Amino acid sequence: MTIIVPVEPTSESTLPVLQRAKLDPAVCILPLLQHRIPGGFPSPADDYVEKELDLNHYLVRNKAATYFFRVIGNSMTGAHIHDGDMLVVDRSVEPKHGHIVLAVINNEYTVKRLYACNGVIELHAENPAYPPIRLREHEELQVWGVVVGTVARFIV
Amino acid sequence: MSTDIIPISRPLFALVDVNNFYVSCERAFNPDLVNQPVVVLSNNDGCAVARSNEVKALGVKMGTPWFQLKELAKQHGIVALSSNYTLYGDMSNRVMTILRDFSPHVEVYSIDECFLGLQGLGSLWPIPTGIGQTIRHRIRQWTTLPVCVGFGTTKTLAKLANHIAKKQPSFNGVCDLSTMPHEQFEAWLSTIEVGEVWGVGRQLSLHLNAAGIKTVQALRATPPAWLRAKFGVVMERLGYELRGISCLALEELSAPKKQIISSRSFGQLIDSLTELSESVASFTSSAAERLRRQNSVCNAIQVFIQTNPFREQDKQYSNCMTVPLPNASSDTRLLVRAALFGPKRIYRPGYAYKKAGVILTGIDSAAVHQESLFTLHGAGNRSAKLMSVLDQLNQRYGRETVAIFSVSKNKPWMMQQKNRTPCYTTNWQDVPIAYAH
Repeated sequence: MTIIVPVEPTSESTLPVLQRAKLDPAVCILPLLQHRIPGGFPSPADDYVEKELDLNHYLVRNKAATYFFRVIGNSMTGAHIHDGDMLVVDRSVEPKHGHIVLAVINNEYTVKRLYACNGVIELHAENPAYPPIRLREHEELQVWGVVVGTVARFIV
Repeated sequence: MSTDIIPISRPLFALVDVNNFYVSCERAFNPDLVNQPVVVLSNNDGCAVARSNEVKALGVKMGTPWFQLKELAKQHGIVALSSNYTLYGDMSNRVMTILRDFSPHVEVYSIDECFLGLQGLGSLWPIPTGIGQTIRHRIRQWTTLPVCVGFGTTKTLAKLANHIAKKQPSFNGVCDLSTMPHEQFEAWLSTIEVGEVWGVGRQLSLHLNAAGIKTVQALRATPPAWLRAKFGVVMERLGYELRGISCLALEELSAPKKQIISSRSFGQLIDSLTELSESVASFTSSAAERLRRQNSVCNAIQVFIQTNPFREQDKQYSNCMTVPLPNASSDTRLLVRAALFGPKRIYRPGYAYKKAGVILTGIDSAAVHQESLFTLHGAGNRSAKLMSVLDQLNQRYGRETVAIFSVSKNKPWMMQQKNRTPCYTTNWQDVPIAYAH
């Protein structure tokens, strides 16, 4: 901030003369060089720079239809889905036999592998301790979305 | 010599509108709410701003105060939720992104409504109802949200078509007025009250009714010149629009706002200057953020405070003050410093304040505004950099992570939102749970 200190007008002058402004040297900082001038040779890599890797591109195929869910429970450990993992769920993928899906069972979101063969529809856990969920006749399976990936973070 | 004449296709507009938008967003991540009567309440949980069909069927009107609903809610098990604008904003972005795949001409009209310009896309989508059903199906599949689509040769007709699609289940969510046989078209328009026409408010519809114009069909049959003489050019345009002559173009780019208001009623009444100042600083910060988002600067800020006029037993006071800025700016620090002059000058002790707010005026594009002679060269750059870091931090770690003039942790003036659902799609701590058991 530049501070300009006005000088007291002298009493003799009757005409309204504009007084010279005096700069306060203590607070007057003049920026001389504000831009960096690169020294040395330009980087030979400049022409080869590519966009860095982005996990979003790796995990998300369709941003408008992708949602994240956090896993609680151990019924899918065989499919490398563990308690606390983050699921990447894509609603634009049509669920097929063998997909890992997010289904709505008793108003809860449940992650299971979809088994749909020869008119039999089941939800399979990937852990021998959990029995499969078989749909009874006329029961409707509500698949919320297809799990297209998981993300885990480790404590370090 | 042969000349190829390119046939000029006629204009065609679609209006896509999400049904019961806020309620539908809440249901997307809460299966318990499906088929339940649900209302979403306004800021401070004041009144119902969105109702599920079950609640509409109970006769609850838009904007009914919550305290009047409590008895009915107990009887019918109505679930009342505080508004979760973070969630609604994200879901709205998803819908608009999906719609951009259908046409390059898109006007986002509101958080849950969007116009599409379909002129010239006839070879892609020969039958409007076909694209309408595709839109409906895709938005439903990708976001869970139910939408209705209306088609017309003008925006006003597209909006009416949407209204019909929503009210008449036989249309299966899609109504096309552009290819409807004439008699049928007129028959539908005669069933709709004139007040439903886009841009005809309550006052205007009273005047139209007095002139004997009760239905949309009657308005359509009125000569536009007469409408102009009686009601002015805006009404004349509506007349033409209803006759299928497009007068309202698609506004694909939203013009930057000339005025930014940030104001809210407090969760509790407050009486101290500190709390009042803090609320003003917070409103100013969020207004400044919006100002920067549209790449603008402002040169004055108006601050107002008021007591609660509905509490007749209380002493009433309200006042406002405009503080000019020495240089046009969008720097939160400068704006807050200026805004705080307001409460300092107009605050009177001994009153219970209910509301405060700020209005940024004199808004100009940051690119064209003139620098002052006396600012340090480069200071603007530093301020812009700092502000962009501030915005990024608050975007990443949540609103007001870094705030200016924030004193107390416990803020009685903050919005009361007793029953707000988590931010399922924008906060890692809030993502929904998938059970594996």
